Amino acid sequence: MRHTISVLVTNEFGVLSRISGLFSGRGFNIESLSVAETLDHRISRMTIVTSGDDKVLEQINKQLNKLINVIKVHDFTDEEHIERELALIKVTSNGDTRAEILSIVDIFRAKVVDVSPRSYTVEITGDEEKIGAITELFRPFGIKEIVKTGRIAMARTPKQK
Amino acid sequence: MKKNGAQVFLECLLKEGVDTIFGFPGGAVLPVYDALFDSPLRHILVRHEQGAVHMADGYARATGRPGVVLVTSGPGATNTVTGIATAYMDSIPLVVFTGQVPTALIGNDAFQEADIVGITRPCTKHNYLVKDIKDLQRIIKEAFYIAMTGRPGPVLVDLPKDVLTAPCELKYPDKVELDSYQPNYKGHPGQIKKAIDFILSSKRPVVYAGGGVILANAADELKAFSTRLGIPTTTTLMGLGGFPGTHPLFMGMLGMHGTYCANMAVMNTDCLIAIGARFDDRVTGKIDEFAPYAGIVHVDIDPTSISKNVRVDIPIVGDVKNVLKDLLKAISAQGAKDFKGNTKEWHSQIDSWNSTHALSYKNDPKGKIKPQYVVEKLYELTKGDAIITTEVGQNQMWAAQFFKYDRPRTFISSGGLGTMGFGFPAAIGAQIAFPDKTVIDIAGDGSLQMNIQELATAVQYKLPVKVAILNNMVLGMVRQWQEFFYNKRYSHTCISVAPDFVKLAEAYGAAGLRAKTPGEVEGVIKEALSIKGKPVLMDFRVDPAEDVYPMVPAGQPLNKMLLV
Repeated sequence: MRHTISVLVTNEFGVLSRISGLFSGRGFNIESLSVAETLDHRISRMTIVTSGDDKVLEQINKQLNKLINVIKVHDFTDEEHIERELALIKVTSNGDTRAEILSIVDIFRAKVVDVSPRSYTVEITGDEEKIGAITELFRPFGIKEIVKTGRIAMARTPKQK
Repeated sequence: MKKNGAQVFLECLLKEGVDTIFGFPGGAVLPVYDALFDSPLRHILVRHEQGAVHMADGYARATGRPGVVLVTSGPGATNTVTGIATAYMDSIPLVVFTGQVPTALIGNDAFQEADIVGITRPCTKHNYLVKDIKDLQRIIKEAFYIAMTGRPGPVLVDLPKDVLTAPCELKYPDKVELDSYQPNYKGHPGQIKKAIDFILSSKRPVVYAGGGVILANAADELKAFSTRLGIPTTTTLMGLGGFPGTHPLFMGMLGMHGTYCANMAVMNTDCLIAIGARFDDRVTGKIDEFAPYAGIVHVDIDPTSISKNVRVDIPIVGDVKNVLKDLLKAISAQGAKDFKGNTKEWHSQIDSWNSTHALSYKNDPKGKIKPQYVVEKLYELTKGDAIITTEVGQNQMWAAQFFKYDRPRTFISSGGLGTMGFGFPAAIGAQIAFPDKTVIDIAGDGSLQMNIQELATAVQYKLPVKVAILNNMVLGMVRQWQEFFYNKRYSHTCISVAPDFVKLAEAYGAAGLRAKTPGEVEGVIKEALSIKGKPVLMDFRVDPAEDVYPMVPAGQPLNKMLLV
């Protein structure tokens, strides 16, 4: 099963390498990884998408916690949370297809960020499913290039009654 | 006059209570070696950096204090890697200081540059590159703290030359502030209660103790626990000495070359109490069939050890010593009056396993020397009052089986990594820590040659380390596997082209003795034990065909033992 894990780490050189080394050394998967500073510049947040059964996830969680630079590990899987990725998609366009591409962009609330005579570059944020769906719709027109960020996630605030 | 980084570094070591460091100089650490010239710190000059790390490791295992190493950059640093990995696998506290090229040159492929922090990341508990002199003292403090606390382990600190020469004032911090590292020492009371209820309801309990008992200095507590309830006890290789080897409740070591009794007990127990052990594959055999009837209680300070290899029913994360004390308290509060009666049948079963296939070998007084006989004689003639180190392979297993360890920190062996060449430098480290004790490396002719150069170190410091070479002129354990599992195709395991160890010892200025017949063994050992002020090599020409029994073939369950 897939898990999205948030890892708070001290913001120092070499920490990313400790985390990725832990995953490769113990045979765990990293499907995506994104890293950035938090509000506190001494701390960074890594969002890691990984997969495995419960036993593997238990080990991932414990092994991450064992690293000296890791402050907190949080697995979003069993709680309400929001996940987002961002993709830039360069799709082939010509006079015949331009309108159709723009209407897809509109439906998905995506954005055209660059135009050339033969292509549009589209920016889209959303969960994996949404980005997958627009990619499929663009495919018949011809996708020249696609660049995606890793996934990021945040827990939903519990609704108070 | 203002001091420099190197001088302050040495003062920090003194403040940390370090009395001995093991090292080898080179360009990048010259500032430290220069400062060492005026320092009261004792430095042991080794002949190879791997030897330095194993010596520091032997020192740490024998004393419980951290072992400290100082080497130069590049090859000096890379030569420490096997030693560091050895310590990491066995959770031994070391602090290894490596020189580094000046910060401005890092990444430029400078002379004797190696990315040692990158190289050792997976085999240290933590490591540091000191990029700024203002971080130096904090990092030294943290390095010792991390090495010694929680589950201990090696920490490496990389010291660029310009940091060592930078002006600096001594301001060694009193304590560390590490929010992200807070080891848990106290077992959870709810889990302890659950464990006691479960243990007291069992009828066939077994204690399976590992190296954690020794690391936590919990041998007394373990003995009190096992004897209070009368629970048959086995230890891993790393746990030898953690429970008295001559105690009636002791079943011997378990696992691949464990005793028949210990392995049968584990395979039939209904309550396995794992204490400071990690269910290594050499201990469990086929994992799916390990302890099939047992509920498992597992006490360990490292949460990653729990449920890593086998499912655990009652985990207790905490320091083994604390948890054992709490368990004892809980037993006293609750009483255990029916327990001994309930386990009576189990004890007679254990006794019968113990007597049916006790460890044995066929001695032939007129034939070749049996290696087990040498180990038994060493035990007899030292009356067990010795620190034994081992190399890796058959010598290690016979040392584990035929010498009895009554006290912790008297059996020193590379268990996890299985590093050939460990035993001799480790013996030197132990001898430096305890100059008046008898320290014996039970060696194989193969392993010993992997760090034989340290004979010069032992001679230089007049160390009376004894090396008992069980010389079979083969790489015995590999040869044994070829005999059992590879149709006796002895590919590259014959090493009969070897030095004359007696002459070799003499060439180094050590003493060399040889026994070719069983009758000569006792005389050689007695003479060796009487030699003072220099190391002794004892060359025992043993039967090359001798195998280690019992043996659980890799991948088989523990009750499928090959017996003598």
